[in-house]
Amino acid sequence: MSFSFPILPGGHLLAIEGLEPPHIGALLELAESYALLNRSGKTQRDLLRGRTLINLFFEDSTRTRTSFELAGKRLGADVINMSVSTSSVNKGETLLDTASTLNAMHCDLLVVRHAQSGAPALLSQKVAASVINAGDGTHEHPTQALLDALTIVRRKGRLEGLVVAICGDVLHSRVARSNIHLLSAMNARVRIVGPPTLIPAEAARLGVEVFHDMRRGLDGADVVMMLRLQRERMTAGLVPSPREFFRFYGLDAEKLGWARPDAIVMHPGPMNRGIEIDSAVADDPERSVIGEQVEMGVAVRMAVLDVLARDLKRNA
Amino acid sequence: MPDSLIAGARLLDPSSGLDVQGSLLIRAGRIADFGPGLTPPESAVVVEAEGHLLAPGLVDLRASLGEPGAEHRETIASAAQAAAAGGITTLCALPDTDPALDDPALVQFVLRRGEETGCVTLLPYAAATKGCAGKEIAEYGLLREAGAIAFTDGVRAIGSARVMRLALSYARAFGSFVVQHPEEPGLAAGGAATEGELATRLGLPGIPAAAEAMLVARDVALARITGGHVHFAHVSTAAALDVIRAAKAEGLSVTCDTAPPYFDLNETAIGDWRSYAKLSPPLRPEADRLAVVAALADGTIDAIASDHQPRDADDKRLPFVQAEAGGAGLATLLAVTLARVHAGDLPLLAALDLMTARPAKLLGLPVGRLARGAPADLVLFDLERAWQVKAGQLPGKAQNSPFDGRALEGRVVGTWKNGRRVFG
Repeated sequence: MSFSFPILPGGHLLAIEGLEPPHIGALLELAESYALLNRSGKTQRDLLRGRTLINLFFEDSTRTRTSFELAGKRLGADVINMSVSTSSVNKGETLLDTASTLNAMHCDLLVVRHAQSGAPALLSQKVAASVINAGDGTHEHPTQALLDALTIVRRKGRLEGLVVAICGDVLHSRVARSNIHLLSAMNARVRIVGPPTLIPAEAARLGVEVFHDMRRGLDGADVVMMLRLQRERMTAGLVPSPREFFRFYGLDAEKLGWARPDAIVMHPGPMNRGIEIDSAVADDPERSVIGEQVEMGVAVRMAVLDVLARDLKRNA
Repeated sequence: MPDSLIAGARLLDPSSGLDVQGSLLIRAGRIADFGPGLTPPESAVVVEAEGHLLAPGLVDLRASLGEPGAEHRETIASAAQAAAAGGITTLCALPDTDPALDDPALVQFVLRRGEETGCVTLLPYAAATKGCAGKEIAEYGLLREAGAIAFTDGVRAIGSARVMRLALSYARAFGSFVVQHPEEPGLAAGGAATEGELATRLGLPGIPAAAEAMLVARDVALARITGGHVHFAHVSTAAALDVIRAAKAEGLSVTCDTAPPYFDLNETAIGDWRSYAKLSPPLRPEADRLAVVAALADGTIDAIASDHQPRDADDKRLPFVQAEAGGAGLATLLAVTLARVHAGDLPLLAALDLMTARPAKLLGLPVGRLARGAPADLVLFDLERAWQVKAGQLPGKAQNSPFDGRALEGRVVGTWKNGRRVFG
């Protein structure tokens, strides 16, 4: 597949916000072809041969890190995992010290997860490598939104016109922000559903409809996207208890009945069963596409690495 | 020291409204005479002003200095150098240093360090509460005797209504006032930017703008029941200014200042997580900036302070939430304020008044005006000269300007402290 324009301007993937629909469409198309390749059992190990990909994770994440690792290896890159516990970051080294170390290592592709919003953007200003944001604070998680979109397209055939309800802790969710930007850009109708204490300020200005009532929020939804509610949100008093949250905002079969009969259920993982989602729904093969999301994650990350590697060649 | 004559200047005195071409004679560190058609003694050393503007030296109501405790950010000597380059001749230093200025000996130490610089009158605030911890009021009487100008906990809000009531009440006994950082601490905790669309997009924890008006309203109520004088620092929101305007109309002892970032920048300056624009209080939406400009013009705001907060690169080159708040402001105070004059938002004399006579009056100081017998603290500036703020090239040690890259018109060409030229 060849593209007549740079898919990721700037040579990094830091956010969905700012990407144009043709860019998103091209990435999804390429990812779809990788999904088919992966299912066929073939590999394409020459594409990133000789390239070094470093997974730099300042926050634990087995799922995302493994997904990037697999994507890199399937394209032939040398993949190195660095996590906080094994690096000098715990010894007082700053983010920018880390950047100069990475420059000295001649890393080509840098996958960064960090607890602070904007940390990958800061790194991208200081490293020679192409930076991929693998989740920064409460800002964005762009590859998650891309894999969610690919999963939806494969099930529903399109994004345009679909009603997507993003439910739960939107305030702290980088997944929600990236999905809102991507789905809005592709003309889906995005709703966010949650208690007012977990909805960000001026959320409607992002182009979404805000609901505090699950029944109304899920009414007519084609896609129900649940978000993870972290335990510390409860200790901070933003919601009074797990049982109260589950009663009003946890997705169970009854609440799912308010959505369209063919609505699919998504979750970025890891799930808190019995808090934001009931196992009966999460494990329902008819409705839940949670397993497929993980599969599409590898394909989407291969597509992103592919596109950035093309830019690396272009600039070489 | 021989007499000196600054000749051929446009003399500006905001307190009297004087705006005339003329000369000014300095004798023994004081203003001996000034006006058009002045005949100087033959022995006077003549400085040609070349038509530039000569005004009273600026009185900066609010600056944080690194000393004692954070000398890697700024020392009193380096701050004095930056102040002189900015036309500031009286500088009020915040007490939330390390250790906090809650002891008479510490106040005297800062006074002495200021005198050693020879180029600025350094007037320390003392801590409003011991250790600036917000729990118990400090020794206001002893601290005043030692030379403290007034009382504040600096950038820490006095959160307890009871403690604030005691502070306002007790300060009355010593004819002094309490300066509040107006931000409700519980509501602001953990926040890094003004709550709203931009913070939501950037994924930054927000501080609602209402946190300011809320604490202002509480302290106005406390001023009413105590009869004390409360001064609100760096006011930045329309809602807080409305409360202050009403309190003044009611006749309460309420005053306030703001700082250049709040009338020159809005929250979009933090786009892409630009930590050099991370300030406390945070930059606000454009509507609030416009309200600050309006309150400067209508007199609700009593002074413009630099709100200088020195930070080094390690404090700032961090992800936004982890970066320290605060901007360097000494060298840019005058020029950024003049941008409002050039824009037609403020008359020149009114703008100068907010940085000279009005803060001097608030502090009860005999400076900030051109008057025979007054200390010859003066600033000579070119109203039109264009320059660009460049972090790394500013005078003094602190280079963390939120105005980095800003093109400005108006530049200090000379500063005199007690008749001695300390800059230019």
